[in-house]
Amino acid sequence: MSLAESAVVRLDGVSKQYGSGGNALLALDHVSLTVSKGEFVCLLGASGCGKSTLLSLVAGLDKISGGTLDIGGKHISLMFQEAALFPWLSVAGNVELALRLQGVGRAERKKRAEELLEIVRLGGFGGKRPHELSGGMRQRVALARALAQDADILLMDEPFGALDAMTRDILHDELERIWREQNLTVLFVTHNVREAVRLGDRVILLSSRPGRVIEDFTIDHPRPRRIDSTEVATQAAEITDRLRAEVARHAN
Amino acid sequence: MPTELPSTRAGLDGLSAGSVPATHEPKPVDIAAADRVSGLDALELGPRKEKGNLAGRIWNSAWPKLLAIAIVIAIWQAVVLAEWKPIYVLPGPGTVFSDLRDLITTADFWDGVRLTLIRAFTGFLLAVAIGTVIGAAVSRFAPLRAAIGSLITGLQTMPSIMWFPLAILLFQISESAIMFVVIIGAAPSVANGLISGIDYVPRTWLRVGQVLGMTGLAKYRHLILPASLPSFISGLKQGWAFSWRSLMAGELLVIVPGALSIGVRMQQARDLSEASLVICYIIVVLVIGILIDVLFNTADNALRKRWGLTGS
Repeated sequence: MSLAESAVVRLDGVSKQYGSGGNALLALDHVSLTVSKGEFVCLLGASGCGKSTLLSLVAGLDKISGGTLDIGGKHISLMFQEAALFPWLSVAGNVELALRLQGVGRAERKKRAEELLEIVRLGGFGGKRPHELSGGMRQRVALARALAQDADILLMDEPFGALDAMTRDILHDELERIWREQNLTVLFVTHNVREAVRLGDRVILLSSRPGRVIEDFTIDHPRPRRIDSTEVATQAAEITDRLRAEVARHAN
Repeated sequence: MPTELPSTRAGLDGLSAGSVPATHEPKPVDIAAADRVSGLDALELGPRKEKGNLAGRIWNSAWPKLLAIAIVIAIWQAVVLAEWKPIYVLPGPGTVFSDLRDLITTADFWDGVRLTLIRAFTGFLLAVAIGTVIGAAVSRFAPLRAAIGSLITGLQTMPSIMWFPLAILLFQISESAIMFVVIIGAAPSVANGLISGIDYVPRTWLRVGQVLGMTGLAKYRHLILPASLPSFISGLKQGWAFSWRSLMAGELLVIVPGALSIGVRMQQARDLSEASLVICYIIVVLVIGILIDVLFNTADNALRKRWGLTGS
């Protein structure tokens, strides 16, 4: 399969500008990148690199100002830093809602939601209310809800940013396992270099204001990886240096 | 593409070596991961809270109220004993409570209560229907909001008794005049509750809705309406308070012939200088108000608990 055929999302010279005239803010400047089927791609950058903007564009929540964004009519799901579960629904109800909106029948919904909660290791928690769960568990419910959409690509916007280090570490293992078992394609935004190297097949480094692609690192350490392994630490240090140089550029 | 698990890791679990075919995931590694995850979940969830027994909880919430009532009655009795006013103008608690006991054992009294409550519920339900329609329309159409958004808030602050002269001119001395004032008093609160509920649906929920593919009616059915429920309920509660006040004012001012409501009976008691009976009706109105408030609070608390908005 050639790269062009297996591409799930392709951005070609995509720009995004907010406002117009003198107050215009260029958030993204000619960003080109391709995510292939089954790939785990991490978008990495300092503040103001427009990485969340990029996800919003891919998710169709916002419109591009220039270039081409080709998602070929594929289905997209998106996870945020907050789980954003609906408090009026039970845990299973939240997952079922995603299925219901796709027109899945009642009996099938119930069965499928149970399976999905089982995948994120929350079988038996379906009857709970979201507020009864911990932050890490809520984020896994959000993942189950995203999986319920059966999308071609899963976009993740710093999904573990609000969690403590221990929980995040364990959720990295979980996400890697689910990505492998469910053959997902993931575009993952983070500002944490080690997290990016820990998870990604590729780490795409973006510059800040405007966001441009500085470099596309291929990460080929064997999986499962550990965030504290020497390979991950070494490559993270290399990328961090590039990132620091980029941040320093804005000092003047 | 995902690479295979490194053999060093798989080698650690001797159990799987012979029994698991090479194509499958090495199970013991997964079990260890599962243990880590569920162990972390168990740690984060913490211990279950003890609720205490029912009688104890009822007593805990009841005794401050009972004490407050006892203090009020004691002060009342003290004022009567001090002979600040003649006893036929301000009777003591003993006289009033024995009159109240006689009053509430008559079927006639309950006819009056029924009439007043039917008016209250009819007026309130109509106000809810009208307020909901107006609130939904205002939050949906921007020009409408610009036109009447602030008018609704203005109406809310208007003392309802101001409407009676106009209501009487429009509808004469009739049920309609009372209903008109009850509705105009309560509907703005209901509308405002719904409007602010819709306005303050968190942005992330809206984004989730968009990502899940909610549009049009589905968005209202599955997101906007449930999300605005807490604010809508406080709107209902406030609307009820306004409609109950308007109704009491209306029953004192607009005396519809043949309709012996609570307000009319109270007015009659005043005409006959029966101070004890007037105080009885005040107590009856107060008790009805408190009981309805308890209903709203129960609904509100149940919702807060489901949503996890309570302090605990």
